[in-house]
Order: sequence, then C-alpha cells, then structure tokens
Amino acid sequence: MSDTEIESPEVPNDAADPDPQRNDIELSVDGLVKRFGGITAVDGASFEVESGAMTGLIGPNGAGKSTTFHCITGIHRPDGGTVRFQGRDITGIRPYECADYGLVRTFQIAREMANMTVLENLMLPAQNQSGEQLWRSVLPFARQEVEREERELLERVWEVLEFFEIEHIAEEKAGNLSGGQRKLLEMARALMIEPEMLLLDEPFAGVNPTLEHKLLDHIHELREEGYTFLIVEHDMDLIMENCERVIVMHQGSVLAEGAPETITSNEQVIEAYLGGEV
Amino acid sequence: MSTNTTDRRAQLESLWEHDAVKILAVFGTIYITYALVGLALGYSLDGIVNTLRRMTYLIAVYGMVTLALNLHWGYTGLFNIGIAGFMAVGLYVTMILAKPADPTGAAQYAGLGLPMPIAIIGGVVAAGLAGLIVAIPALRLRADYFAITTIAFAEIVRLGITSGALQEFTIFGTELGTGGGRGLIRNYGDPMNVIFELEVFSSFVDLTNSLFGFGPTQARALAYSMVLVLVLVGIYWLIQRTSRSPFGRVLKAIREDEEAAQSLGKNTNHFKIKVFVLGCALMGLAGILWRFRRTGVTPEAFRPHVTFYIWIALIIGGAGSNTGSVLGSGLFVAILFEGPQYFRRLVDQVVTFGDAPNTFAGSVAPILSGDVAPFVRYTFEEFTTLQFVLMGVALIVLMHRRPEGLLGHREETAAAIPLTRRPGDESTAGRGGDSS
Repeated sequence: MSDTEIESPEVPNDAADPDPQRNDIELSVDGLVKRFGGITAVDGASFEVESGAMTGLIGPNGAGKSTTFHCITGIHRPDGGTVRFQGRDITGIRPYECADYGLVRTFQIAREMANMTVLENLMLPAQNQSGEQLWRSVLPFARQEVEREERELLERVWEVLEFFEIEHIAEEKAGNLSGGQRKLLEMARALMIEPEMLLLDEPFAGVNPTLEHKLLDHIHELREEGYTFLIVEHDMDLIMENCERVIVMHQGSVLAEGAPETITSNEQVIEAYLGGEV
Repeated sequence: MSTNTTDRRAQLESLWEHDAVKILAVFGTIYITYALVGLALGYSLDGIVNTLRRMTYLIAVYGMVTLALNLHWGYTGLFNIGIAGFMAVGLYVTMILAKPADPTGAAQYAGLGLPMPIAIIGGVVAAGLAGLIVAIPALRLRADYFAITTIAFAEIVRLGITSGALQEFTIFGTELGTGGGRGLIRNYGDPMNVIFELEVFSSFVDLTNSLFGFGPTQARALAYSMVLVLVLVGIYWLIQRTSRSPFGRVLKAIREDEEAAQSLGKNTNHFKIKVFVLGCALMGLAGILWRFRRTGVTPEAFRPHVTFYIWIALIIGGAGSNTGSVLGSGLFVAILFEGPQYFRRLVDQVVTFGDAPNTFAGSVAPILSGDVAPFVRYTFEEFTTLQFVLMGVALIVLMHRRPEGLLGHREETAAAIPLTRRPGDESTAGRGGDSS
C-alpha cells in the first residue's frame, strides 16, 4: 500500500461520505463572469444550490440566467469565477463531461432528435454503453454482450416512459410529438443519464396548465427520490410555490438569494424585478 | 372481385417491405432488361453475360462507395465531397507498395515490391489515415466549411499525384513515384492471382466455357466481379451492424443535433473522427478494388465527377438507408451511367440517321426553317455526352419530387435489438406492427 500517499484529484462518488447530510451544497458558483464582446452577460454571479432541494433561478429577461446555465454546463467557457459541483472544480468543463459528474441540463426549446423514435431518444443518453465502442458493436462475441445491455437498457427506458406516462408514444418519431410531449421527452431523456442534479431551462414554457401540473408532480416526485433541481423560470408564482430556495438574478449578478417568503419581501427585488406590484 | 385485387395489392405491398425482395426485384428488372437489350442488339450469349458482368462490377464498386458515404452523410451528417481523393489514396498507395522494387524495361517507376494482400491493407490504412488527417482539423469547422475542406483535400491529392514533383521521389533511400500525369503501369502480376491459381479455378474456367463459351480472360473477369459482390455484401454487413448499435445511435444523434448529443454526455468529436476514418478506409478499399486489375492508372480517374456520381447514387437510394444505397447504386449504374449508351445503340439499330452536323449551332440553325432532323441526329450522335445533362435533370427531378430518395423515408432502427413493444406487456397483442 505504498500509493496511499498519492492524492487522487477526482474522488469517485461512491467513495464520498456514505451518509451525505441533507442540505449539503451540491453546486456552488462563485464570481462567475461571462463577456460577449463589450457586453457582460454574467457579472460576478455567486450562489449555492443545496442537495436534494428545488431551487428556482429567476430574473428579468437579459439577467444572465441562461448564460449562467451555459457556463455551468460547459456550452460557454466562463471568463472568470469558479463552478464547483459536489466539491469538485468543474469550471470550463466540456459539455459532454457534465454527464460524467451527474450533472445534466435540458434546453429552453426542447431539442429532441426529431428523426429518431422516442425509444431511440431515450436509449441514447445512457452512460457506459459498451456498444458505443465501434468494435464491440461489430464483432460477434462482443456484440452478444452489447445486445444483452441493450435489452436491459430498453427495460429501463420503459420504466422511465411509465413514470412520465408516455408509453403510448414510444414508437413515435420524436419530431411528431406535441410541444408538451417534447418537454416530457426532454426531461425523461435527462433522467436516463441517471444524474444527481438536473438543470431545467424553462421547463414549463409553452406547456398547457394540465401538463404543467403533471410535470410539476413528476419533478416533486423526483426531488423526493433525492434529485437536486435548479430551475430557470419566468413564472414567478410557480417558482415561489414550488421551490425551497429562490435565486434572483439582475443584470448579470445575484440580487437576492433565500427562501421564497424572504424574496417576496425583499425591497430590492420588488424594485428591480417585481416593479413594486407585490 | 375488387376486394380480391386490393387483397393482392396489400399482399404485394407487404412483400415489398422485405429488403431482400426489394433488392431482388430491382436487380432482377435491371438484369432482365439488359439481357433483352443484349438480345435486341444481336449479342451472342457470351456477349450478353459479359454485359451483365460489367454491370455487376460497376454496381458492386459504386455500391461499396455509396455505403461508405451513407455512413458519413446518411448516418452522421458529415458532408464529404472528397470521395475521389480517398479512393485515389487507397489505389495509389496499394500500387506503389505492390510494384516491384527494381523496374525492368519500360516499367518506369519503382515500388516496394510487397505482396498483394499487404499492399491492399496498406492502401486501406493509408486512406483511413488520410481521413484522420482531414478529420482532426476539419471536424471543428461548421458543416459547410468541412465540405469545402474535403473537396480541397481530394483536389490536393489529385493534383499532387499529377505534379512533376512527386512523379519520382526518394524516401529513406528508396525510389518511389506516382508517375505524374502519365500515371502508373501495373507491372506486377494480376492481383487476383491468389484466386486464379487455385485448383478449383480451372474447373470454374471450364464451367463458364461450357455454359457461356467464355475464354479464360472472361472467366477471370467474371470471378473478379463475383469477388467484388462478396466484398460488397461484407461491407453492407459491417455498416448495417455499425448503424444498428449504440455507436450508430450516437451517429444518428450527431446528425440530428450535435450540441444536444454533447449535453447527454457524448463526446461527439470522438465519434465523428472514428466514423469518418472508417468511411474513408472503405472508400480507399473500393478505390483499390475498382482499378487494381487494370494495366495502369492515371490521376484522370479521380476527377471530382466520381464523387458526384456517388452522391447521385446515394440520393436516388435515399440517404440513411443501407439497402437504399445498394439499390441507388444499381439504378444509377443501370439507368444513368450505362443506360444512355445502350439506348443509343438500340436506337441506332432501329433507325438509321444520316450524317449528323458537326456543331451544335449547325444542328440548331435548321430548326428555324422547320427542319428538326439535323438536331435529332446531332442529339443522338452526342448521346453519351448528354449523359451528364441527363444526370443533372435526374438529380433536379429527384430533389424536387422525392428528396428522401427510394428508401430514405424509412425508419432504420438505431439499436442492437429490435425496438418493438415491450416484452410481457399486455399490449403485445397488437404486436407485429413492426415493419422489419
């Protein structure tokens, strides 16, 4: 055991604290800066997201919410600041590396693979598929193993479909789905990664009230299972009613952070965002 | 009575669903048509069989390249218009590797004198490496710039081979050469000798002799075409497996929305490079098999039109479908590539035109005075040239009427197992709806 001295920079998840306390910090953003030419879209934003909680990220248009999302998930490389996920520095990681950490996002406009069926869409994101290696998919002896994995994966896909109650569209091309079904598919697809945290970018935009309730129920159910959520949303009431914590962004930085009640009574927030109506 | 016919129609349609039926029907029609054309032209039996053999050879080669292109464009959405370049790399490297090290007589440039199988592997690897060299910088570019890079590569290869600088060069003390514009002469034995020298082959020669009256040369050519068909089947199998797998699923996802695929944890550049290299290697193999038995090769064979032939075949068959790629190659060769000259011969057989005018102007001018005969005569005289016009027209009509091609509309499952209804589900009663 001579290698005990060696410091391992990436602590695997299973080696972490076996009994993670609730209200741990899952994601922390510190002094995040992102500039596009002369415009500073995110200007020193800092906030924290608790494990197993539902956190809302709100703010007027152009507050830098989506850009913050892009910076966290690697679509944009931040110009300054750090992003830490479960204690590990993930600043400037590549988009495809997020999934390795258990961090997954959905898009403001659902980005389903239109010409693939719902089943294919849901089989795609699963991690560690040995069949993603070309030779394993081709050579006969390895192919058997791939087929076995595929059958297991398909079972999981059906479970997720059942959870979201969309089994009836399983064999449909994703491009033929309605807007609401696409949102469900997008969320189901994110879950297939088996993430620990989901970043939802306006999951309720363009969704009818019935489906909105359904989606919310699903999110609450998942939160109870231990998933962490960070949700960007325009609908203030929705965020205030459903989130434990709310982060308010304004002009690229965080204006206020706290429980919904404290936010609604925060003078600055009312002035900047709510326009003094409340 | 009418229900009976609709029944039969439905039966036929369900039969058509099978890929094997589609292939048999299309190729059966092509072969029977050409056999009849041969008869009409008064060919003897060996002439007819030879016509069909040539068709088979062309279809097999075009089929291989079209399948490789389908992997690039149909599955992954990589716009490769440098196909001819990768084919050239394969063939030239193979020839340089196989040519004897000390040329005698008029055999011009020296090679490395390696055995044929190693030379072929070398050529395939070289084409794959060429793909890698293009892919690594180019895949970071946007789709349209990527396309420009590939065609630029193909032209660099062709002009490089043609240039005097590479006509003969010395590397690590060994003299090699591309032959420049004069090309390379094949001064090694027939690359198919491994097969032709087999004991069994002499009985094959006897068999073709008694069946079609073939001589040994024709028998060899026939065997060569048959080997190409086998290779085509092999490549079809390989690409079918590649696409029906988790690997193929990621390829499809890249075609649909690369950024979304990345957010789902897929290192898309990795997949794109792998699939590009694989496709290029297969294009190299097709390039080798296409011309390695000829007495020589010149850079002229790899002008960009080769690339566009392959694209036409893919568009006819329908991008995204492997079966479609093979059907598209068949139809391309039979109708657009070989069709015009046979059509002209047939017309010549029936009608005798007088002398055609020498120039286009000379053929058009009489139309003004109401005499269209010179124009018609001129058109038929130049019919093989018109082939290119015909291809252009066919392409425009296809894009307008059926941009998805013959089979491009079809679902090609991107999974290693059939994605039918859930096993053990109550709704399995409605099973059998899958069209595979």
